[in-house]
Formats: sequence, structure tokens, C-alpha cells
Amino acid sequence: MELRQGILKKNDLLAADLRARFGAAGLLAVNLVSSPGAGKTALLERTLRELRLTGQRVAALVGDLETDNDARRLAMSGAPVRQIQTHGCCHLEADMIGRHLEGWDLGQLDYLFIENVGNLVCPAGYDLGEALRVAIVSVTEGEDKPLKYPAMFHSADVVAISKIDLAAACEFDRDAALRNIREIRPGVEILETSSKSGAGFAEWFELLARRREAADEAEA
Amino acid sequence: MHELSIAYSVVSSATEALAGRKVAKVDSVLLRVGALSGIMEDPLQFCWGLATEGTLLAGSGLVIERVPVTIRCRPCGQDVALDGVQSFRCPRCGTPGLEVLKGRELEIVSLEIEEDGDDAHSGVATGDSEKERPAGG
Repeated sequence: MELRQGILKKNDLLAADLRARFGAAGLLAVNLVSSPGAGKTALLERTLRELRLTGQRVAALVGDLETDNDARRLAMSGAPVRQIQTHGCCHLEADMIGRHLEGWDLGQLDYLFIENVGNLVCPAGYDLGEALRVAIVSVTEGEDKPLKYPAMFHSADVVAISKIDLAAACEFDRDAALRNIREIRPGVEILETSSKSGAGFAEWFELLARRREAADEAEA
Repeated sequence: MHELSIAYSVVSSATEALAGRKVAKVDSVLLRVGALSGIMEDPLQFCWGLATEGTLLAGSGLVIERVPVTIRCRPCGQDVALDGVQSFRCPRCGTPGLEVLKGRELEIVSLEIEEDGDDAHSGVATGDSEKERPAGG
């Protein structure tokens, strides 16, 4: 008996609905993925704070297995933030995003950031309706992370190398890292950031604005 | 990492698809799993017995067809299957593969079933499966 049905079909359908809602609302949804401790929350803290200073309307959903520590950290920026506690689930799914958006007027937002559960394996297969998937790898993790977790890095639209202020202390081999990223994801945009010093954030904000504009044009 | 929840999803979709049929036994379930799906065969096989326990699929086998990554290489003018997922370059000419045609699959292809009594011979027919599929899934 033929079936030919995607195993994650339910998630894919919900993600398609979300993508349509985000597109209609004119916001850019960004899914941030990395291993635990690569600096997703730190990057997001600075991103929310600085975008708000330039008048951008931003909000964030943040996923963790337990605690609302990250949501409380991010809420200091003044942006609307909600925690998604997955209670053991190793990734975010589209229906969790849908449920946690309830009551928010998406038309009043320019950017929605979704900080996924820290995990370089499982979130790769779950579409959240995002327009942009950003994989973050810190200089403390080693240059071969993309080779070890190819499915995730291959699914990314942007790769950010984070904590570059620590590169020298870690004897980080920048050329090897760039080569490995490009080997797994040819043509991907690569950023080099420090959430501490702010290095690379001008490029990050330029990229976000450009992608948002492109998404708006595609919608129109 | 989440093979158990994948196994439960397969059981749930297959059970929905079998609704309305007089199924005596499900012999096997065929999945197509791409090299980029992030799903491993061994843990999935390990979970299968547990996920199917007490369902229509109890006792069935799980058959997994692995799909390698295939890229379209413009310079070679060909679609090329890759040996692994450590490089997305064309193995012939070295050009980075920007177009990935296959390798992300994670789907249920088909079920081998035995139907009850008189229906036994029509059970393996595939032509009528469309109309019996639950609407909306």
C-alpha cells in the first residue's frame, strides 16, 4: 500500500502556515541554532537592544528544556520575549511557535527572533516557518564543527562565528573554519561576531535589513 | 536524537492510513531516509518494537532505504550522488554543489499489509489507496 507521506508532514504544514502569516505581516522570522553555550542568547541580547535603538520593532521566542532564565535575560532589552519550555524535547516545533505567538500582533513587528534549543542535531529537521536560519558556532568549539554536524550547517542560510574576541586565546584557525563551513554549505553568508565587543554586528544588521527587504519584495 | 518520536509519528500516520481497512497484519513499513535528515537507522530500529507495541503495526518490520545526497553539477551537466556528507563538491570537477536535489527525505513510502478474509487479494493493490487515505491527513 503506497503512502508517500512525509514523516514530519504535520510540522511542515504548520510551518507553511506560519511562513504565510509572517510574510503577510511583513516581518522577518529568524531561527537561531547552535550547540549549547555557543552564544545564541548573548547575540540576541545585543541584537534586540541595538535594533530597538534604531527604531526597529523586535520580539523573541526562546526555547530551553527548563527555566525561563533566557527570557528574563532577553526581556531586559525592553522587547517582548516569551520562553518556550520544552520539558525534555530536544528541539522546537512549529506548533510550539504558533501557540506562543498568541496575543501578539505580528503586523506590529519588523523582526521575530526564535532562539532554538541548544542542539546541533535535532532542530535541523524542524521547519519553524522562518525566512532565515542562522547557525552559530563559537571559536571555542573547534573549526571542524560543521564537518561533525553537516545536516545542521547544510540547512543554514547564514553561519555566524561567535566569540571572536576569544579567537587568539583559543588558537582558532579561521581559515580552516571558513573552509569547513563552505565545504558543507557552499555559498552561505558568513559573519564573524563578538557579542561582547560588538564586532561584526554592523554586518549582521545590514544582512537582516537586506533579507527583510528581499522578503518584502517577494511578498509584494 | 529524537528517533523515538519519529517512530511514533510513523506509527500514527500509518495507523491513520489504515483506518477503514480490514488489516490482519502489517508485515513491514518502508521508509526513505535521506543522508541529511539527521535520522539514524540503528536507534530507529531499536525504538520500533516499543513504538508499535499494542498497535496495528505490532510485529511489523521496518525497512529503511537510505538516500544519498545528490547535487546538480552545472559544469558537468549532470546530477551526481555524493559518497558522504563531508563535502558538497562535485567529485568529478570539484565545483561546490549549490543545488541539492536529494538527501533531505524523511518519508513513509509504503506498507506491506495482509488483509482479512476475502479481501486478501485486493490488499496489496495500490490503485485504491488514494481514496482511502484520510482527508487532510
